[in-house]
Amino acid sequence: MNIIEVNHINKSFGAVRALNDIKFSVKEGEIFGLIGPDGAGKTTLFRLFTTLLLPDKGQIFINNKNVVKHYKEIRHIMGYMPGRFSLYQDLSVEENLQFFATIFQSSIEENYDLIKPIYSQIEDFKKRRAGALSGGMKQKLALSCALIHKPQILVLDEPTTGVDSVSRKEFWEILHQLKEKGITIVVSTPYMDEAGLCDRVALIQKGRILSIDTPLNIEKSFPKHLYAIKTKDMHKLIHDLEKYQYTHSTFPFGQFVHYTDKRNEFNIRDVYDYLEKNSHIQISIDKIKAGIEDCFMELMINQEEK
Amino acid sequence: MKIIRYLIQKEFLQILRNKTMLPLIFVLPVVQLVVLVFAANLEMKNIKLAILDEDASISSLKLVSKFNASPFFSVSQSTYSIELAEDQLKNNEADVVLHIPSGFEKEIRRDKQTKIQILINAINGTTAGICNSYITSVLKEYNDYLNIQLVNPELSRNKGLDIVSRFWFNPDLNYKIYMLPGILVILVTLIGMFLGGLNLVREVEIGTIEQINVTPIKKYQFIIGKLLPFWMIALFELGFGLLIGKIIFSIPILGNLLYVLAYGAIYLMVVLGIGLFLSTLAKTQQQLMFLVYFFMLIFILMGGIFTPAENMPQWAQNVNYLNPIAYFVKTIRMILLKGSGLQDLIFEFVALSVYAVLILSLASWNYKKTN
Repeated sequence: MNIIEVNHINKSFGAVRALNDIKFSVKEGEIFGLIGPDGAGKTTLFRLFTTLLLPDKGQIFINNKNVVKHYKEIRHIMGYMPGRFSLYQDLSVEENLQFFATIFQSSIEENYDLIKPIYSQIEDFKKRRAGALSGGMKQKLALSCALIHKPQILVLDEPTTGVDSVSRKEFWEILHQLKEKGITIVVSTPYMDEAGLCDRVALIQKGRILSIDTPLNIEKSFPKHLYAIKTKDMHKLIHDLEKYQYTHSTFPFGQFVHYTDKRNEFNIRDVYDYLEKNSHIQISIDKIKAGIEDCFMELMINQEEK
Repeated sequence: MKIIRYLIQKEFLQILRNKTMLPLIFVLPVVQLVVLVFAANLEMKNIKLAILDEDASISSLKLVSKFNASPFFSVSQSTYSIELAEDQLKNNEADVVLHIPSGFEKEIRRDKQTKIQILINAINGTTAGICNSYITSVLKEYNDYLNIQLVNPELSRNKGLDIVSRFWFNPDLNYKIYMLPGILVILVTLIGMFLGGLNLVREVEIGTIEQINVTPIKKYQFIIGKLLPFWMIALFELGFGLLIGKIIFSIPILGNLLYVLAYGAIYLMVVLGIGLFLSTLAKTQQQLMFLVYFFMLIFILMGGIFTPAENMPQWAQNVNYLNPIAYFVKTIRMILLKGSGLQDLIFEFVALSVYAVLILSLASWNYKKTN
């Protein structure tokens, strides 16, 4: 069953078209990831289905209820964690939690089971002001506050941005625990490597959805042969590959350059010869499997060609 | 109800924790009341008088001695040169120059009339006017003396109209008991309009409003929870200020103190409503500060705190129908100094109540729209 249904949503801010004909659905109990760079429209989309913004065109249904008409009911079943820390910095950890429990007409005790795995990690600091917490602890507090009314759907806007890699890993573990408890999670992230942790992802760029599928299927759908190339002079390598007549795409990826060819059938030896002719040394070329990021880049090129 | 109570509790918690806000609320009023009431004083004493007596006769000495005897004047310099006297005026060493030309006494005896010259520093028109009236009263006294001496000694027994003034409601023309209620009004307005509005914009600025808006909390609950604490604080300040007034300045409280608080309660709703309305127009605390400042300045200067509103041109008096300060300043002075009751101030009561309802509805409506 689809718990969230997004139908042909459009939203503009003045001349800027933030969202362009967005359509997707989220199944009950899954972790749905919205992956895209900064400015892709992720936050705008989240603000639309947390009832903070009104769409110009199209509808969003949550639990078969229109978010514009039934915003009051939606707010009871939704937990939202904005990208920016939005709790009271001058209130203590406990007071913040108490505050949000009260305005949802609930209490900390009532839903303590749900938040326990997260809250227990910061409970030692419950008398400390929220403003004095570290980044990771702030994030745990924000998550606790978003969960305190036992929402059916949890919406997290870039929860791992600016968080160290250990805390990021921890955070995703927590999300999977919450999923076990039947909470549907919609999460956005600019980190492509987090896509694999979602059940399904939507790749979004410039207000358009490029692709929606499971991370595995998206990777499988990569249409080209992909090669990781490395030589001694990486800077020159990128330049030379960009000039090469058969180059379809070339992106620097850490120590390697990921390369695809225009031709469907070809011998990779051609590329090797071309590089050698351009006086590259220590050349290594390996055929690799495409990751989410490669898919994203490929989809972006297709989008621009259209 | 539980939600509003908790919101208010949270608000007080934050206020009490705020290391800058707390002294602002409790110390500032005391300082302002005590300092400003003494400072905002139009009474003139020790007007510096330079005397240029070119006649040096018995009559001119008599005139000078009249000025010397007045508590308002202190003779700063006697000179015999008009240039020196004018220099004194230019250098701020004298406020007034009294120029008695030579032949003063001769003309009085011969022609029964003569002329003297008064030069007044009128950089500040108000004080110059007051100065002038003091001088006129001294000269009148001297004139009476001349009439008796030279024209008709009979007049000493029959002086004609003898004017004796009595100042009602403030017999000693004590400036402080007139100023204190006015400054108190400014103070509570400041607290209501600035702090209430700032508190709302702060939620927007630090982003907490985002988290609040996705909760099922109702707008009216949020607004009440936000404004009520400042309403209480401002009302407390009003009472606190009156207490200071009673203890330090012994202001008279002729009317019913409860009326002052009742009018204050309604007035503060208007003030908070304006603060709320302005906060919907501002996105940052800085913007709000400027907006509030703009209106505060107009309200204060036109509200009749420092200058009587009745002396303003008609259009300005019409504008004052929209000025909440004008209503409350008039009300608080009438209740305290004159002992007015509800029946005397029924218009102000109705006007403030209507104003409160209108501005709060408008502000809440606009608040809903922007969020």
